[in-house]
Amino acid sequence: MATVIPRIDVGDNYKEKYGFFDPEKFVFKAKRGLNADVVKEISWMKNEPEWMTKFRLRALQTFEKKEMPTWGADLSVIDFQNIYYYLKSTEKQGKTWDDVPADIKNTFDRLGVPQAERKFLAGVAAQYESEVVYHSLHKELESKGVIFTDTDSALRQYPDLFKEYFGTIIPPADNKLAALNSAVWSGGSFIYVPKGVKVEIPLQAYFRINAENMGQFERTLIICDEDSFVHYIEGCTAPIYTTDSLHSAVVEIIVKRGARCRYTTVQNWSTNVYNLVTKRAVAYGDATMEWVDGNLGSQITMKYPSIYLMEPGAKGDVLSVAFAGKGQHQDAGGKAVHVAPNTSSNIVSKSISKNGGRTSYRGLVKVYPGAKNSKSFVRCDALLLDEQSRSDTYPTTEVDEPQVRIGHEATVSKVSDEQLFYLQSRGITRAEAETMIVNGFIEPFTKELPIEYAVELNRLIQLEMIGSVG
Amino acid sequence: MALNSAAVGKLTEVMADFEIKDLRVSVEGREILKGVSLAVNKGEVHAVMGPNGSGKSTLSHTLMGHPNYKVLGGQVLFKGKDILTLPTEQRAKLGMFLALQYPVVVPGITMSNFLRTAINAKRGFDGKDKSKSINVKEFRALLKNEMSVLRMDDSFLSRYVNEGFSGGEKKRAEILQMAVLKPEIAILDETDSGLDIDSIKFVSDAVNKMRGPELGVLIITHYTRVLKFIKPDYVHVLVNGEFVRSGGPELADWLEAKGYSEWVKEPDKAPAALEAR
Repeated sequence: MATVIPRIDVGDNYKEKYGFFDPEKFVFKAKRGLNADVVKEISWMKNEPEWMTKFRLRALQTFEKKEMPTWGADLSVIDFQNIYYYLKSTEKQGKTWDDVPADIKNTFDRLGVPQAERKFLAGVAAQYESEVVYHSLHKELESKGVIFTDTDSALRQYPDLFKEYFGTIIPPADNKLAALNSAVWSGGSFIYVPKGVKVEIPLQAYFRINAENMGQFERTLIICDEDSFVHYIEGCTAPIYTTDSLHSAVVEIIVKRGARCRYTTVQNWSTNVYNLVTKRAVAYGDATMEWVDGNLGSQITMKYPSIYLMEPGAKGDVLSVAFAGKGQHQDAGGKAVHVAPNTSSNIVSKSISKNGGRTSYRGLVKVYPGAKNSKSFVRCDALLLDEQSRSDTYPTTEVDEPQVRIGHEATVSKVSDEQLFYLQSRGITRAEAETMIVNGFIEPFTKELPIEYAVELNRLIQLEMIGSVG
Repeated sequence: MALNSAAVGKLTEVMADFEIKDLRVSVEGREILKGVSLAVNKGEVHAVMGPNGSGKSTLSHTLMGHPNYKVLGGQVLFKGKDILTLPTEQRAKLGMFLALQYPVVVPGITMSNFLRTAINAKRGFDGKDKSKSINVKEFRALLKNEMSVLRMDDSFLSRYVNEGFSGGEKKRAEILQMAVLKPEIAILDETDSGLDIDSIKFVSDAVNKMRGPELGVLIITHYTRVLKFIKPDYVHVLVNGEFVRSGGPELADWLEAKGYSEWVKEPDKAPAALEAR
């Protein structure tokens, strides 16, 4: 039986639930702004090998040379010199929550992270500002050779594995923001799942920005060896400040022959955060990559999880939901690149706009010559809750192989009077009826989430919907 | 004690449980209901019959407060209130129910979720006081019982509201909602249209099972077929937005034999209006 949608909790809102902040405390904070000294300082603080310092500095040069992308949301307002690029809040990383400084632990308590860990997670990472402050992994997974650690530790502990894959899927020159991340990256998750190992219970990372004008640049690298499986979930929130913060992550994933990786995001940044993320996976023979990407918060999000289908039988799914309220622009979508024959991709995007919010679907399906019998299907559904809101679709299809099946469908709909009347005629209030219709609209997404997240997502939608009445 | 349109004028001092008084309604600027009056008591089943375009659906939608129907005048009294001033959900909470002629699809919402939300809404559950919400065991028991009368199986509960339902399934689903919400005044709008013979029987059985001193029913229908299964106490004929005659079940039989066209030509041949009794 499906989830019962929880009811609206009046008075419950982002500010109270996620938008709180703690007084800023740090053991190290880089100077405001970005230059080679700041980059060197970050690398020095982390005691990195020389190759990484050089990698960072080269990336900084690339960042400085590259133009800001102008084809999507308006990014001209971002002042890169007004941001703090590195903030370390605590000396050491906790292996138990008791090892984590009390105020930071309290933050994650309020966000429900330790509770979720006890109930249904196999491992948890918690990043606070620039560094991962807590990490855990079930013993039995550890003994099977699963690595789940923060990316900084991985560089120290698994240098060879790290160097083999780091920056290979998304090189710094990929785009300006990937270059920025490559220059100042800190934290993020590093996962390696050995051959044939199936991690049946999800691993989760929670990213929290607390300080004002903060930039968070986590770097995640996931390697699924042959015939393995992992489901990684990330959540993110921040306090509400009147000035802007920046979140610019890079996520690289390698899914080897026969393996399957699912990467789920429930992004709920406060609306002063610019969320500009590059996510890409490569899938080899008969491997499956699934991006399940939910974007509720942030002022601007630009994110197009991509899958390169490198060998026959590779399969890629992108399932995304975007919710844009007042002042928000969610520019999201997905990319599928078919390099080999008999590969398939499926992109489903659902967007909701209200109170003048704007959603854009931006996607690419590319089929290279020789990728015979490839299949791709793209579906975009937009739901507009009022006349002021906006939704656009920018699909790009480049097919250089005749023997393929490509499909695209797009719909734009409104909450209909007939639906509202029907639900209201059963005693359900208008506000609740709207919430139900929206939750029903994104149900294809919600049903892919672990039940606890599905409930949480429905609740978040309700919080968003309160503003849409009266 | 029944009041019908012919009798309303004489007996205004006696209040019926549900009373429509001189209701005038327009749709898109055109007056459709031109002053209709009808009184329904709990325990009674009234049929409103009329040809296409006579205003039957306007009546049912107006009673439930659909936003496209503009009330020009009149009152609808129920439990001491003029419900025309209430939002739709308040009318439902007060004990009214409308089974729609064309039930609406709500994608992604399961029947189970929908039914449960509706039951909780009716019970006044505000998301906080758990004692007001229906618990899982009670919910299952309630559904099991009602669904067996309507010959619906469990898989139905995990399907999305009306999505991919056959005509018969939709109508059975409407009656299931009525059964679990237990209204005091139920309006069945063309519930028989699009029904195969089995469905019409299951639906009628369910409605007949609900009949009793706590329920007043208004069946709105074009055809008399459903009235063979759910016997009305009163039949009212609606033509061009006005009730032109009220009578007993024999009026329905006559209409079936002669048709509405006969009525329009020679209304005097139809059975005489019932006197108030």
